Amino acid sequence: MAIAHVSPGTSTHVNPERTGRRIPYLLMLPGLLWLFIFFIYPLINLAETSTKTRAASQETGAFIQTYRFANYLDAFIEYQDQFLRSFTYAFMATLLALVISYPLAYAIAFKSGRYKNILLILVIAPFFTSFLLRTIAWKQILGAEGPVVSALRALHLIGPDTTITASSFAVVMGLTYNFLPFMTLPIYASLDRIDPRLMEASGDLYANGLTTFRKVTVPLSMPGVVAGTLLTFIPAAGDYINAAILGNPTTKMIGNVIDSRFFRIVDYPTAAALSFTLMAAILFLVIIYIRRSGTDELV
Amino acid sequence: MVDLTSSAVGDLQLRNITKRFADFVAVDDLTLTIPKGSFFALLGPSGCGKTTTLRMIAGLEEPTSGSIHIGDTDITHTKPYQRPVNTVFQNYALFPHLTIFENVAFGLRRRGMKDVDEAVTKVLALVELGHLKDRKPGQLSGGQQQRIAVARAIVNRPALLLLDEPLGALDLKLRRQMQIELKWIQTEVGITFVHVTHDQEEAMTMADTIAVMNKGKIEQMGSPVELYENPKTVFVANFLGQSNLIEATVQTNSGAETSVDIHGSRILLPSSRNTSSKSKVLVGVRPEKINIQTEGSSAGKNSLSGGVVTDISFVGVSTQYQVEMPWKQEIMVFEQNDGGAPNIRKGDQVTLSWEPHFTFALDSES
Repeated sequence: MAIAHVSPGTSTHVNPERTGRRIPYLLMLPGLLWLFIFFIYPLINLAETSTKTRAASQETGAFIQTYRFANYLDAFIEYQDQFLRSFTYAFMATLLALVISYPLAYAIAFKSGRYKNILLILVIAPFFTSFLLRTIAWKQILGAEGPVVSALRALHLIGPDTTITASSFAVVMGLTYNFLPFMTLPIYASLDRIDPRLMEASGDLYANGLTTFRKVTVPLSMPGVVAGTLLTFIPAAGDYINAAILGNPTTKMIGNVIDSRFFRIVDYPTAAALSFTLMAAILFLVIIYIRRSGTDELV
Repeated sequence: MVDLTSSAVGDLQLRNITKRFADFVAVDDLTLTIPKGSFFALLGPSGCGKTTTLRMIAGLEEPTSGSIHIGDTDITHTKPYQRPVNTVFQNYALFPHLTIFENVAFGLRRRGMKDVDEAVTKVLALVELGHLKDRKPGQLSGGQQQRIAVARAIVNRPALLLLDEPLGALDLKLRRQMQIELKWIQTEVGITFVHVTHDQEEAMTMADTIAVMNKGKIEQMGSPVELYENPKTVFVANFLGQSNLIEATVQTNSGAETSVDIHGSRILLPSSRNTSSKSKVLVGVRPEKINIQTEGSSAGKNSLSGGVVTDISFVGVSTQYQVEMPWKQEIMVFEQNDGGAPNIRKGDQVTLSWEPHFTFALDSES
């Protein structure tokens, strides 16, 4: 193997084949270490915390391990509304982002000509500002003195006292906006990869523009759609910033509950149990989704 | 055997087709009739306008001016999906997300055919790939994909099948085999095939009629034999096979024979094969028509002496000699390796001779 000879082996007795086989593991090592320290270890810690109960001393932050798995059931029953709301908001935001992103990605991939790179930079541009700042900006945009409300009032579409902020509408808007690039970029990537001759071939085989889109373009862009919806849905379901900044007490998502349990009420076991339940629920939904979309057959 | 007879409606006619891209003229006032049922090749180097011509016939490009007709129907502005034309694309363009069966059925389904099973099965049998119908294109070899691309097109029984460099991606052996196969399929289904290629051997093997294109125009059109034996321009003489073209001056130009002077030697050719009316011409003779002999041996009617062999290459069926003439021009000679080959070595003085009727003369310009 040529690669083996390039490896910085100090010993001349190194079996080149064995070195070659070790290289992939060496390349993965930094990533695995990182994951172990910052993901696996905290996860174990969290799992351990989730079955604890408050210590007899009633001191804040003192918990003892009692293996109380009923924590999960209690937490779920108490916060099932927030769970349901999280998934509903995330689903709506994902759907909206898809509806906005697909035509956008299509236009960038096929119709933008020499403006392609500029448009791609514009899609990524929001990342130059922090997530938090962008969400706060939306509070201004949707605020009572903001352009959206003024315009809607001028058009008499809303009454003079109606506001948009502090509503579920604002939360879904915020989620959609914040995760839009995660939807657009994978769809763009898969559309851009489609050989334009396949569309010509479809036209040559009696398919008009719409049929070509349905039978060729859409199926071939499914990997991007699946990736994009996952990249939007998963973080949106666990998000709490949008609900905290753009919502009101009735729009709390499960992320907000976890946040307040951890940092305000200092109820670590409930927060940990909720975190695990959320992870399991997302994993379950994602597996069903991937199975049903059958993307493994593509590529 | 297989009933895939074309619902063809007549000859394909291109009338004064011009295609301009910005300031570049890809196809220049092209007029062409391709008879129904023929295997027609558009042959030329890259950039000669052959692919653009094909794309205009397919409807993928619109001509700047001129019109395209199939029989009595003007299809110049018809959308590609409304034309009775199918294309075998250069890299096949098979749909990667569909099975072989669905790829072949694609055109039939788009035209609203409900029961496609029979037609698809028949055409897959024709290309002998019925057993692969449930595979995806990515699981097929290049040659198999090529045959599926042909099947996907001919299953629709188009009036016209366009082939865009269909064998370009295959290796030499497979290409030879596919040439024969394509020719056979064409005879079998009787559809007009229009084949675009830069490979002269491919065009000559398959096509009944070849149009040699250069710079957006047709240089010459005819059967492979006609083009090879009677090239009318320098471009055609050099593009189809190899030619030795030697500058000459016409001496007498009367009657059946024309006599020209090549650096002091008198060379005869049939007047009918002199396409030039000028006194300065290029005299052409194909390398395999020339006999090579050691200096002084008896020669044929047309002979040039004083050549020196500068290179010999043995290529199996023949031996190729490169001979430098006294006027510093290299002339190629192919001798069949049939046992009668002369014993000639590099550096030998040789005389080249050939029969007058193998000689042609061209305008030295163009």
